[in-house]
Amino acid sequence: MARIIQLNTLIFFKFIGKYTLDIINHLGAAVIFFSQGFVRIFRKKQWQEIVQQVYYIGATSSSIVVVVGLFTGMVLGLQLYYTLIKFGAVGVVGAAISLSIIRELGPVLTAIMITARAGSAMTAEIGIQRISEQIDALYTMRIDPVKYLISPRIAAAIISFPILTAFFDILGILGGWITTVLLLGVNEGTYFYRAQSSLAMVDIQGGFIKSIVFAVIVSTICCYQGYFTHLRTDSHGSKSVSVSTTSAVVLSCVLILISDYMVTSFLM
Amino acid sequence: METPLIEFKNVTKRFNGKTILDHVNMTIYGNQVTTIIGKSGTGKSVLLKHIAGLLSPEEGEIFLTGKPLGEMKKDGEWDRYRKNISYMFQGNALFDSMTVFENVALPLRQTTNLKKKEIKKKVMMRIAQTELTEVTGKYPSELSGGMQKRVALARALVTDPEIILFDEPTTGQDMVRRNIILSMIAHYKKKLGFTAVLISHDVPDVLFISDRIILLWEGKVAFQGAYEDTIQLKHPMIDEFLQSLEGFKDELTGLLSKQMFTSRYAMSFGAKQEGLSGAAILFDVNFNLLVESLGHQAAIDIVKTLGEHINKYMGAIDGFSTRQRTGQIITILPHINGTEAKQVVADLAKRLQEEALPSIQSVMRAKTKKNSCFDIYVSAGITETNFSDDIEKILSNARSAQKIIAQYQCAKRRN
Repeated sequence: MARIIQLNTLIFFKFIGKYTLDIINHLGAAVIFFSQGFVRIFRKKQWQEIVQQVYYIGATSSSIVVVVGLFTGMVLGLQLYYTLIKFGAVGVVGAAISLSIIRELGPVLTAIMITARAGSAMTAEIGIQRISEQIDALYTMRIDPVKYLISPRIAAAIISFPILTAFFDILGILGGWITTVLLLGVNEGTYFYRAQSSLAMVDIQGGFIKSIVFAVIVSTICCYQGYFTHLRTDSHGSKSVSVSTTSAVVLSCVLILISDYMVTSFLM
Repeated sequence: METPLIEFKNVTKRFNGKTILDHVNMTIYGNQVTTIIGKSGTGKSVLLKHIAGLLSPEEGEIFLTGKPLGEMKKDGEWDRYRKNISYMFQGNALFDSMTVFENVALPLRQTTNLKKKEIKKKVMMRIAQTELTEVTGKYPSELSGGMQKRVALARALVTDPEIILFDEPTTGQDMVRRNIILSMIAHYKKKLGFTAVLISHDVPDVLFISDRIILLWEGKVAFQGAYEDTIQLKHPMIDEFLQSLEGFKDELTGLLSKQMFTSRYAMSFGAKQEGLSGAAILFDVNFNLLVESLGHQAAIDIVKTLGEHINKYMGAIDGFSTRQRTGQIITILPHINGTEAKQVVADLAKRLQEEALPSIQSVMRAKTKKNSCFDIYVSAGITETNFSDDIEKILSNARSAQKIIAQYQCAKRRN
């Protein structure tokens, strides 16, 4: 019996050890991958690719950000109104909405939306290019695959995330105004006065810092998963692309929330 | 002795502990077509990827004109080496979100400082040469498999490389398309002067354009040399693999495969009786000129039609033929002397002149929708042969005796 317990303990620690080593290995590889991609942003002939990616990640994601931003603000307005009315503090609903959107919900939800829309597509596209030997073809044509495929996406994410976050913030506050002012009768002047006066520059800066951190995380993870999809041991071929895409989205969302906590604790 | 362009010395590669290349020693010479053949999973693509620099050996060394690739400086010789190399992937590796033009232009846009106009000119030239002008703005998914191959070929050629690596360029193609792609490779190799390294299973078609073949067997080089040498080399691997691949017939023309032709020749003169003789005729069509004026597809169609005519006519008088090169056919007529052979050729020439060539002309005009003037010349060289002559000698004698036997000139030129 003691022998079995000893053996199981050994297997458990072996598993934990292997898992930890794997995580550290991937983390190291992802950091190197990001560094290589980031450095190559500033090389020649990158503008056109970056503009294309900004269009793809940024412009085409704007519609979903509009919808999500607007409805998040509206729901928030509804919830906060019925909570604050119990304490007779309806007047601060504008402040509550603007602060929660600009500090937290704006950057986080925008990042999650872009991950779902553009991040997954990034992984799938690069993954397919990997398994169909297009990345090898780039190498044989003397085109640096990291420079050509990864750097524009990292740059575009860093450009697009803060812009879309700002977009989300404005629409969120507007959504809150629709429910609280137009539908529930809160005074318009009070709503905007509170929303403006409660906000400090540091709150807006914090939101943008978060969005840049999320941009780095999402673009690195999504590109990394696609680029190394052929090295997966759990699946092969097209299956590996689908597994990589799922992993990229899940991992990005989890890391967005973890890093959100970490950045917030630094900023507070 | 000529210095090899690329040389593998004891190259070994393993994946997850499994040995794929096992002390491979082989040489590739400049300005030749070298074909690598071997069973699936024997390491052919891995070998090609080593040449392209996509993989590096775990043991051994690869040399470029005597200099180890591993010792080349990244920004100097290594970069120059990579600049001179192109790779045509088995699955084409075309970018599906780019049009044909953008795919072909990609290496020039990304790696050169050429102006837009110059890039356009170069790309359009390659697109025209590979007969893709009509699909320039289309996406790869809108093209047939053969067209996609041609786009990949155009992209491989656009940088004017000195070495082009072709990973199974004819896989999945029908016999006509197979021959078209191979004739394109041979044609551009001749025209542009590059070194071609091919992986192909399409024996015998690929042999018509190959100068050397390398047979990989279980990760090792079992044979390297000219195709003719494989016939003399009685090696069980060659019997088992190469000859089984070749089959009995050349699918395109219906003529005998080279192996069968050689066996039939040996059987016909096998008794080795003094005085046993026959005649050999080497037919040639102006293949390269036809490619220039009509394109690869039409040129291959003409070879196919001529092959069928020769097969039908010579078969009736106990003759047997094989394709020697893409547009070259050799026929052996046992028990017929030179004078009789001349009469046979004269009769065939008359038939070609009156029936085959005009019908080929009209079919070609309809198919290519071109009103351009093009000529077809069929030449033949006759030589007497006896049991002691080897094929090479017969070919050489027949080649020196070649003259035009049938021709069809377009009306404009006749006037």
